[in-house]
Amino acid sequence: MKICVLVKEVPDAAVDKRIDPATGRLDRSGEANLNPYDTHAIEAAMQIREDEGNGIEVGEIVAVTMGPSGAERALHKAVSLGADRSIHLSDDALAGSDVAATGYALAKVLETENPDLVLLGQQSDDGECYTIGAVVADHLKMPSVTQVVKMVVTAGNAKCERQAEYGYDTVQVDFPAVISVGDAINEPRYPSLKAIMGAKKKQLDVKSAGDVGIDAGRVGTDGSKVSCGDFKAPPAKASGQIIEDEDTNDTVAQIVAWLEERKLIA
Amino acid sequence: MSSVLVYALHNNGVINKNSLGAISEGSRVAGELGGQCDVVVVGGADLTSDVLAALGNYGAKKVYKVDGAEGLSQPVIDAMAQLVGANGYNYALFGGGLLGFEIGAGLAARLDAGVTMEVTAINVDGGKAVAERPIIGDSQISISKYRSDLGIIIGRINAFEVKESGGTAEVEDLAVTFSEWTSRATMITRGEQRGADINIEDAKVLIAGGRGLGAAEGFQLCEDLAESLGGAVAATRAVVDAGWFPYAGQIGQTGKTVAPKLYLAAGISGAIQHKVGMQGSENIIAINKDANAPIFEFSDLGIVGDLNAILPKLTEAIKAKKGS
Repeated sequence: MKICVLVKEVPDAAVDKRIDPATGRLDRSGEANLNPYDTHAIEAAMQIREDEGNGIEVGEIVAVTMGPSGAERALHKAVSLGADRSIHLSDDALAGSDVAATGYALAKVLETENPDLVLLGQQSDDGECYTIGAVVADHLKMPSVTQVVKMVVTAGNAKCERQAEYGYDTVQVDFPAVISVGDAINEPRYPSLKAIMGAKKKQLDVKSAGDVGIDAGRVGTDGSKVSCGDFKAPPAKASGQIIEDEDTNDTVAQIVAWLEERKLIA
Repeated sequence: MSSVLVYALHNNGVINKNSLGAISEGSRVAGELGGQCDVVVVGGADLTSDVLAALGNYGAKKVYKVDGAEGLSQPVIDAMAQLVGANGYNYALFGGGLLGFEIGAGLAARLDAGVTMEVTAINVDGGKAVAERPIIGDSQISISKYRSDLGIIIGRINAFEVKESGGTAEVEDLAVTFSEWTSRATMITRGEQRGADINIEDAKVLIAGGRGLGAAEGFQLCEDLAESLGGAVAATRAVVDAGWFPYAGQIGQTGKTVAPKLYLAAGISGAIQHKVGMQGSENIIAINKDANAPIFEFSDLGIVGDLNAILPKLTEAIKAKKGS
């Protein structure tokens, strides 16, 4: 079995996120890291490989990303967590792609790899798109299921549990398939120092849009079917009162007073 | 003429409230565009003609019923792609929720259409629908315009108000040619509850616990405080997925929507998926040790501190106050 894991570099969650007013895009300067949700997808791939009872021989785990030149840091991290090699789709023509265009471009890379299973994190921490897995799956003509919190994998299929609108659903998808996992699915391991040091030596292929047959008219700012260059401020909301708890007795007295003022202690 | 196609989610023949909101909104938008709003549903015998015709009350003109398993995205993508091809809809609209995201995104890929998610408002401008989407922790609103023949709009839950207009929809059975890969996804069990059936929607006071409680045992602190205030206990998705609390007590995108007089969030970071289920609460208190937690941006009173120290003392103080 060959598993491809889609990963993404995102601004560090601690960094204040902002829109670059000149481009209308998320300002991605500053600290960046592997999307924390993606580490769960890599861990899920590793657990399929390491499970001796599932009858599956995982030949290769390949990390795939699309992004500007700094994005190989996310691939190094992915490889240090267990991926065997990685692919970086990097092309100026892709800049400004919306979610549908990004999913199309990633699907074109995946077509060249022909995986049995595509895994990804349930959402990226920056654009809050849950949707990329479903876009990729339809381009690849594969079934897909998102936000999976438990997965039982056998040679031919995966039984996936996820929480939906009416409780927990169990959906079986037959391979090849695209599965996006939620962060409750596993506890990602920490990479060993040896794995971190060795990550840069593993094969990393940089591909251009043309290398994987991407139609340039379907990607980038101009190829995206949604234009979102305009922004406005949300309705102003009075900011709440903040108490830093230094003396807990005093803090509690303040909370009680606040509740009493609003007649919330009946 | 610009028409809107809405997907309606249901469970055992009961149409989801967010889908009713989407139909109401779709009908309003279609009206402004001079078109009509149709609906597609996928299911079995539980979808009676009466249930489907009643969607006319929310503005649906025509309801297409497709025989198939509900709860999977693939059959709906096939059905909607077929309907868009046949009838030339200009917009596809979803009320939000997990399935709406999956279907909307898959349909965008299938039909090379633009898609916007987490939409909170739709405006008609120059004969076209324009979608508003809050981004970056709701600190800005991005305005999406569509360049494709079909624009896909996935609403944020509770964004669209349910409006009854009176009327009956025409119901038509639709035979769909499903894709090969659609048959490779099968629903095994749907809507398992996992845990006790508890009622949080009627409570005037809710004490909600998140991952910051540290362990399932941490919920005792919430139970004690809820008891002192005469309220109930609720939870975030993360701790329900972890098995610390029953699904029936979960707030947010795939859980309940609540609006109590008092909502106290203990150890909850305040992700958008949680916020959409509780932002209508009258008074919001948050206790979190992380001063940067998003929940503080929409709390009326925020306490930066250790809930293990604060909650027991708060419970005692409230008991003492009530005893006095």
